[in-house]
Amino acid sequence: MSAPPAPSRPRLGVFKFASCDGCQLTLLDCEDELLGLADEWDIAHFPEASSAVASGPYDLSLVEGSVSTPEHLERVRRVRAASRYLVTIGACATAGGVQALRNYAGIEEYLATVYARPDYIQSLATSTPIAAHVPVDFELRGCPIDRGQLLEVVTAFLAGRKPAIPNHSVCFSCKRRGNVCVTVAHGVPCLGPVTHAGCGALCPTYGRGCYGCFGPADTTNLPALVPLMHRDGMDDADIARYLHTFNVTAFTAVEEEGPG
Amino acid sequence: MSQSPDTSRILSVPALTRVEGETALRLRIHDRTVTEARLSIYEAPRFFEALLRGRAHTEPPDLTSRICGICPVAYQLSACRAVEDACGVDVDGRLARLRRLLYCGEWIESQTLHIYLLHAPDFLGHDDVIGMSRSEPAHVRRGLRLKQTGNAVVELLGGRAVHPVSVRLGGFHRTPTRTELRPLAERLRVALDDAWDTVQWVAGFDFPDAECEADLLALAEPGTYAIESGVPTVVPYDATHPAWSFPLRTFCDHVTETQVPHSTALHSRLDGRRHLTGSLARYAVSGHLLSPTALEAAAAAGLDDPPLREGRDGTGPGTVCRNPFRSILVRAVEVFYAVEEALRIITEYERPASPYVPVPARSGVGHGATEAPRGLLYHRYAFDGEGRVTDARIIPPTAQNQGAIEEDLRRSVQAALDRGQDAEAELTRLCERVIRNHDPCISCSAHFLDLNLETACPHPTGPA
Ligand code: SF4
Ligand code: SF4
Repeated sequence: MSAPPAPSRPRLGVFKFASCDGCQLTLLDCEDELLGLADEWDIAHFPEASSAVASGPYDLSLVEGSVSTPEHLERVRRVRAASRYLVTIGACATAGGVQALRNYAGIEEYLATVYARPDYIQSLATSTPIAAHVPVDFELRGCPIDRGQLLEVVTAFLAGRKPAIPNHSVCFSCKRRGNVCVTVAHGVPCLGPVTHAGCGALCPTYGRGCYGCFGPADTTNLPALVPLMHRDGMDDADIARYLHTFNVTAFTAVEEEGPG
Repeated sequence: MSQSPDTSRILSVPALTRVEGETALRLRIHDRTVTEARLSIYEAPRFFEALLRGRAHTEPPDLTSRICGICPVAYQLSACRAVEDACGVDVDGRLARLRRLLYCGEWIESQTLHIYLLHAPDFLGHDDVIGMSRSEPAHVRRGLRLKQTGNAVVELLGGRAVHPVSVRLGGFHRTPTRTELRPLAERLRVALDDAWDTVQWVAGFDFPDAECEADLLALAEPGTYAIESGVPTVVPYDATHPAWSFPLRTFCDHVTETQVPHSTALHSRLDGRRHLTGSLARYAVSGHLLSPTALEAAAAAGLDDPPLREGRDGTGPGTVCRNPFRSILVRAVEVFYAVEEALRIITEYERPASPYVPVPARSGVGHGATEAPRGLLYHRYAFDGEGRVTDARIIPPTAQNQGAIEEDLRRSVQAALDRGQDAEAELTRLCERVIRNHDPCISCSAHFLDLNLETACPHPTGPA
């Protein structure tokens, strides 16, 4: 960050759109790797962590957050133009985030609920993923992302290979972890069968059903899961709310597609 | 950007660094007088209060944690307390102590993040922690180790440090066994030394003189340094007035927010006056309830300003430190306290009989407040007969502190101008320091921002 960049070191940028900062914080939570990372990379743009903010081009840009304001529309293009590789980190950047719930409601109503004078606020009617606006080289799932997966992505791009991030469902990780299935054993509704792996099946390990924070797995069979959730006491409205939370746009796409 | 320093100019910092979230600063200076100091928070609106409507009463803890990735536990626990209040449930005993342990973990990691990664570089003249690690490698390693221990507490209880998954209404989805907690105790013992050394290290920094002219607002809890519950308590700026408290359910009558035209954020007032929440406020309200060793650390660090006189209803006497530059010291003392407290809770831990108490839905209104690392965080929910949210209100610390931060900026820059210090770079640096002193967490702008409509005010710097 503050040292003059050695010409051989690749340049890393971290950019934020509408988000909670949790995904970029995951980078700072890599305490054991942070200083090593800074030796290998020239951390050229990471305003949350450094006052030394250098202009592009960047070899790898990590982008957090969704496109939610008119200003974002223009900035996302500038970030893309300045980046060799662009990787989105987290549900906001990859699926619009929890704020994408407004895509299915009226923005006017949302504004009026929160602000006394909505006319002062500039906001797009929708919250959309980065890939809806510019080409993205890799999407890392999760709300928040997993630290191990983040390190894998950064290392893979440094080595010029494709990140080894599995596309299977949380159920696989759950079995591998040796958990007792919360749905089978306790009748707890769980989105694990349709949710993208990455968290190491945290929720079942802590005795609750998966609530889908990593978004849909690559192949899902949502219609097969619905009767199970009915059996466990959820009605259609409950299931809709369950799916329509942290990765609302991604799960909506899966619902529209039918069995995959 | 600037014209002649003696007539009229505008100083602007388009994108502040080393704060959580996005904000810009704009100062108007006319004839060597600061006429306006404004934090423009351009964090995108995320409409949490709107999207909570219609949700089940079980959902606010996980949903609102996504307001802030830096203090998700604070959001989860303020939300739990508000919903439980509406449902007539009080979580106490072992479950309450386990919540406090989780919160201590968040205090340790979040306050250490601020001390080492965001704030200390200002005092030592570095752009960031990486630069600082070149001249102070041992200190930085210690900071990272300490932060990691805080994360370890949250991860063990909650599964992960950002948006932990184990918190639920009434308690936890799963509680740890005594055996599982044992390795944490080992790490916390090491952290105790690290936290003590942090206080000593920070005490050696150079602190400019300054005084924040604002009432101090924090929760108070009999017999303990309030973290996960308490009654809102005010230490007025005017030292001749005693501390006073008000019931949590009247929070919105006292702390009011109004949206102002051509300003960039909601302005929050405590009974019409400027107020500050966070470490300085907590220390003023509950400082006397710190542990003996934490008090010793505070005294050794020079935080031994004269104690307040006793307030009405048994509040105080806390110790008042009004210098925002020294907030880093109070934060360090709080980290030390949180490490000790976590260790104490683990030592006395008995696994609760059940991981949670049932919280059945009912119609009603509930209030919850806890001490987020950055200050008092208030939630209020109204529910219909089916337990669906009909109305939600969230008042985060930064929204409350905004007025005090702007006043602090105005006063600091005015003092610098009066000393004849008017180089733009220097003033900018001063402003950034003043803002970081208050540890603002901009991503928690669940609703308090107003995007800037003035074309003159720049948007964030782009990458290219
Ligand atoms: S994806 Fe989740 S954790 Fe990441 S920034 Fe968005 S809200 Fe925060
Ligand atoms: S189990 Fe599901 S909801 Fe829980 S952390 Fe993993 S992906 Fe997220």
